[in-house]
Amino acid sequence: MMIRRMFDFPDVSLRRQMEDFDRLRRQLDVLNGRFMGSGDLQRTGVFPLINLSENKDAYFVRAELPGVKANELDIQATGNSMSISGERHIPEENGSAKYHRREREAGKFSRMISLSNEIDPEHVEAKMENGILTITLPKAEKAKPRQVTVK
Amino acid sequence: MAESKEIKAKDKKEIATPGEQIKPGPIFAPEVDIFENEHEIVMLADLPGVKTSDLNIDLRDDTLTIMGDVNAAKPQNEDDIVVEYEVGHYLRQFTLSEVIDQSRIEAKLEDGVLRLTLPKVEKATPRKITVNA
Repeated sequence: MMIRRMFDFPDVSLRRQMEDFDRLRRQLDVLNGRFMGSGDLQRTGVFPLINLSENKDAYFVRAELPGVKANELDIQATGNSMSISGERHIPEENGSAKYHRREREAGKFSRMISLSNEIDPEHVEAKMENGILTITLPKAEKAKPRQVTVK
Repeated sequence: MAESKEIKAKDKKEIATPGEQIKPGPIFAPEVDIFENEHEIVMLADLPGVKTSDLNIDLRDDTLTIMGDVNAAKPQNEDDIVVEYEVGHYLRQFTLSEVIDQSRIEAKLEDGVLRLTLPKVEKATPRKITVNA
C-alpha cells in the first residue's frame, strides 16, 4: 500500500499499469520470501490485521475479530477511505478462577484503510460471521473498469 | 475495568505438525485462556472462521486436542491487494493433569470463540466414620 501511494500518478492508465507492475513485483517478493523484511506478509502492525482484495465491482476488506459483536464495531466509509474501530471485551470470570494462561487480548482498536479508487459509501456492507468481519465496498461507477468494444 | 488499552497486532503463530497434513495450508496455534476453579477447567480459544461443523475436540487419555478447519472465505475471482494475515487451520494440544468427567464436557462456539468446560471428577465426599466403642 505504501509503495502504491508513492506511485500514485494522476494519470489513470499509467496507474493501472503501475498496479499490474506492483502486483507482479509483490508476487516475486513473495517467491523470494523477503517482503518487508521477513516472511511473505505485509505488516503494518495495526490491529486488526486486514486482507484487502478486489474484483471489478468492489473492494473486500476482511479482518479476524473473534469475540467481537457486530454492535461493538464502528465502520465508517468516505470517498476513498474507510475506518474500523471498536473494542474487544473479554468478560471477567468469577473471582475464584485461577488463571493458567492468558493469551487472548482485550482492548480498543482503530484502523484507517485508504483505497486507490473512489468507492460508493452509500452501499458499503459489513458482515460478521464466525468472528470474521467482511466489508464489501462497491467501487464508484467512474472507478469501475469499462469494457471497450473495438469497431 | 478501568481505561482499556489498545490491542496490538500480532502475527499468528504457525506450528509444525509431527505428521504431514493431507489438507493444504498452514496450521496455526490459536490463542487461549485457561483457568480453573474448584469444579472445572475452562478453556477459551480464538478460532476465527471455524464453523461448528469444522471443529474437532478430542480427549484421549489425558491429551486434549482442539482442531479447527477454516475453509477459505475468499472467492476465486478476487485479486489480493494487501495480505496481512494468512488463513489456515488451527491446532493445539494440551496435557491435562486433572481427571475430567468426560460425560459432562461442554463446548460452545460463538463468534469465533470456543468455550470449553471440562468438569473435574468430583472427589468422593469424605465420610465420617464413627467408631463405636
